[in-house]
Amino acid sequence: MAAAAELSLLEKSLGLSKGNKYSAQGERQIPVLQTNNGPSLTGLTTIAAHLVKQANKEYLLGSTAEEKAIVQQWLEYRVTQVDGHSSKNDIRTLLKDLNSYLEDKVYLTGYNFTLADILLYYGLHRFIANHDCFVYKKMRIVTGGPHVCL
Amino acid sequence: MRLFVSEGVPGCLPVLAAAGRARGRAEVLISTVGPEDCVVPFLTRPKVPVLQLDSGNYLFSTSAICRYFFLLSGWEQDDLTNQWLEWEATELQPALSAALQEGEDVLGSVRRALTHIDHSLSRQNCPFLAGETESLADIVLWGALYPLLQDPAYLPEELSALHSWFQTLSTQEPCQRAAETVLKQQGVLALRPYLQKQPQPSPTEGRAVTNEPEEEELATLSEEEIAMAVTAWEKGLESLPPLRPQQNPVLPVAGERNVLITSALPYVNNVPHLGNIIGCVLSADVFARYSRLRQWNTLYLCGTDEYGTATETKALEEGLTPQEICDKYHIIHADIYRWFNISFDIFGRTTTPQQTKITQDIFQQLLKRGFVWQDTVEQLRCEHCARFLADRFVEGMCPFCGYEEARGDQCDKCGKLINAVELKKPQCKVCRSCPVVQSTQHLFLDLPKLEKRLEEWLGRTLPGSDWTPNAQFITRSWLRDGLKPRCITRDLKWGTPVPLEGFEDKVFYVWFDATIGYLSITANYTDQWERWWKNPEQVDLYQFMAKDNVPFHSLVFPCSALGAEDNYTLVSHLIATEYLNYEDGKFSKSRGVGVFGDMAQDTGIPADIWRFYLLYIRPEGQDSAFSWTDLLLKNNSELLNNLGNFINRAGMFVSKFFGGYVPEMVLTPDDQRLLAHVTLELQHYHQLLEKVRIRDALRSILTISRHGNQYIQVNEPWKRIKGSEADRQRAGTVTGLAVNIAALLSVMLQPYMPTVSATIQAQLQLPPPACSILLTNFLCTLPAGHQIGTVSPLFQKLENDQIESLRQRFGGGQLEETFDLKAKTSLKPAVVETVTTARPQQIQALMDEVTKQGNIVRELKAQKADKNEVAAEVAKLLDLKKQLAVAEGKPPEAPKGKKKK
Repeated sequence: MAAAAELSLLEKSLGLSKGNKYSAQGERQIPVLQTNNGPSLTGLTTIAAHLVKQANKEYLLGSTAEEKAIVQQWLEYRVTQVDGHSSKNDIRTLLKDLNSYLEDKVYLTGYNFTLADILLYYGLHRFIANHDCFVYKKMRIVTGGPHVCL
Repeated sequence: MRLFVSEGVPGCLPVLAAAGRARGRAEVLISTVGPEDCVVPFLTRPKVPVLQLDSGNYLFSTSAICRYFFLLSGWEQDDLTNQWLEWEATELQPALSAALQEGEDVLGSVRRALTHIDHSLSRQNCPFLAGETESLADIVLWGALYPLLQDPAYLPEELSALHSWFQTLSTQEPCQRAAETVLKQQGVLALRPYLQKQPQPSPTEGRAVTNEPEEEELATLSEEEIAMAVTAWEKGLESLPPLRPQQNPVLPVAGERNVLITSALPYVNNVPHLGNIIGCVLSADVFARYSRLRQWNTLYLCGTDEYGTATETKALEEGLTPQEICDKYHIIHADIYRWFNISFDIFGRTTTPQQTKITQDIFQQLLKRGFVWQDTVEQLRCEHCARFLADRFVEGMCPFCGYEEARGDQCDKCGKLINAVELKKPQCKVCRSCPVVQSTQHLFLDLPKLEKRLEEWLGRTLPGSDWTPNAQFITRSWLRDGLKPRCITRDLKWGTPVPLEGFEDKVFYVWFDATIGYLSITANYTDQWERWWKNPEQVDLYQFMAKDNVPFHSLVFPCSALGAEDNYTLVSHLIATEYLNYEDGKFSKSRGVGVFGDMAQDTGIPADIWRFYLLYIRPEGQDSAFSWTDLLLKNNSELLNNLGNFINRAGMFVSKFFGGYVPEMVLTPDDQRLLAHVTLELQHYHQLLEKVRIRDALRSILTISRHGNQYIQVNEPWKRIKGSEADRQRAGTVTGLAVNIAALLSVMLQPYMPTVSATIQAQLQLPPPACSILLTNFLCTLPAGHQIGTVSPLFQKLENDQIESLRQRFGGGQLEETFDLKAKTSLKPAVVETVTTARPQQIQALMDEVTKQGNIVRELKAQKADKNEVAAEVAKLLDLKKQLAVAEGKPPEAPKGKKKK
């Protein structure tokens, strides 16, 4: 999924009505958002966090300092690890790690659904879409929460 | 909460600098761990720094840890900071790690990133990235850039805004202290071990490094390319040059490309394992075979490295003479390589009169020119055996723990390093009598004096050469440290004698003369060896090795050769591999883990399959792992289903449908496009092999056969052969083109799987010149009317239970898991805890002292310095360690944790 499409999807799920236009920058097609009241914003997670604030749903960025840091950590993980790797081995390791992290949790921060869950879900989607049984099995826990029907 | 940091890991810089923000709001315990320790239980790969929160959760992202500290101090998140941090993670870090690892082109690859920061700073006219005061973005980016920019040479002057921003931050106290802790005053050098362990960034952005074939996108072809491919194809066998007559001996020819290939000399008393084999002999063999296919004048040599302490010790163990040990193991080595079908022109050995002659000659030249000096060293001497004892020939009581059988260099019980002269009740390992301390003379090679010549030579050689990035990096980091004088003599009998009065009982140290082995092995092959080795203008020297061998080939031998001033041929392309692991662990003879050369033959798996798989996973650019399951998978998918299937079908169609004669081919535009695609892939194969990218070039072969399979599948010649006249003609064209692709593949495969290649060529009755020459164009080598031979399947399926039983036989898997577990549980004692509130400066100061003193001791030992002097420094070191232990509230003998990745 291209970043722009992903952001539009996010807008919808946040209940934002107006629908932004995104341009893409460079080889990796990094999304850029021209905001009304300031300089443009570059980068998937940066824009996503901005949209969340626009929608007045700041709780999706975490409530405590700890949650906020954890949310940002997994957002970073999404754009560096999930998007950065495409070899089967790396994906395997990544899913194994995620699975063991999530074993005793409902969501990435523990009990609260956040932006990190949304973007990680989008990011992992391409692996599941491959119908790889192994991947699917490992993914059960990530997709097991009640809020996955985005 | 607890912060885990490690010396020499760049990510610890911003984290430590930001930790101060949390002061007064939370208690941060700082623990020092090894850079390879797995602190986070759910992460497979080691990650430092890590913050363990009081909730039990972990922050393992450097930026997230810094962010957390800032959040605790009341700072609020904003878009601009988020943007900088995302940019740091996705753009800056990849560029930096490329620059810091490759060492090369530092400014080229990160320049864009630096300029971006500089422009942002100057455009917004603010001293800091996100406003008037220093904040999270500044700390994170400062930490990321520090390893590179702390050396002002790397900071371009025109980026003045970046310059002053960086200086401002660097002079602030939290940043300064962080840098001291992480870098220990060694500057960027402290980061070297960490950087060397990181996987090399792949050259093309976003391209995954993987064992899997990549998605093949068909390139778009121009009409011209297609037309050229068709013309070349039609010329067929005519365009092949005549075969060069086989020469013996092979000698360089003026005006031709003369390629001299060496593989690192395996040490004689070890049976090589698969990692050794892929690291040098097999890799070099592929290149040598390729080079011969190009009709380059090629000499490939190797041999066993036979002198040294290890051989003498082994001889004592087995009750043989060193010569007998070498004779025995030389044959074992030669047999293994013969089984693997390694195409040496010579497989020699270092224990020959030629070795003595050439080594002594180089030594005399160095001596004459003042590059060798003598010094006195205190050493143990056994009066009974009438010789000085090398460290390994002494045993005694450990001066630290009292263990009775401590060796001369280290105690097996307490693990401490020992100076042989410090041993209590020392014993000569041979006769058990008590040696005495005596002073003796040793010779030192003055590398610092030769350093300038070396740098000049490297400056001429490296640009445009095919040295692997790791070889360049290792070499550069040694030079950055500055070369030290090296002792080149040892108290042994089994070695090259030193031709100097007073040195009758000494021999040259192996690292001085082992690399000279290449020359002496050539000299045993031909008396005209100097035409190869004193002919830098005409000879292209390729040297293959694993990365641990790089310094001897890139520094020590070139220094000796440059100092001898005899116009020696020096390495043009140094090709170093990374390490091959075994099933996620290491090959280990003592634990019986892994496959060793002699055992590979007993598996029933043919040598070519071993060759294929080892080359398929060749640790090119990064470490890789041998896995039985993967071997089965690659055999069954790539060889059996892809390559074997295609070649077999192409041949079978000729036999079954056309009576064994290649049919007429009438090329349609689709066929022509296929021709051009195959040509393109063939050219890609050449480009890669010319750059010695052996593993990547193998992918090209498999890609072509995949194209071939698709082509057959789409055109269905088995159906068309039963159809109309036009259909039958189409079946003929498809079959003819397919069998010609099979013929091309057989030649491309020759460097990798020589036996399979010969089998295919016999089955297809490929004309001799076409078997031995590979041009850059795809030719029709099997024209219409050519009669092929009997076609039969090339590969066998590997079955699960067969592989499972092999896995059990050779260890790995389970064994490695228990080992892993052990390593993990032993992590706890490795953690050195310091409570920041409890006099951390004092502990830090002591730690610094210990590190410094440790370096002094190592340095002295390396220089074979006076033993009393070393002893005094060691005593100081032990005392410091004791003080440190007391300050940390630990028992002084706490074991040093094993670090395992």
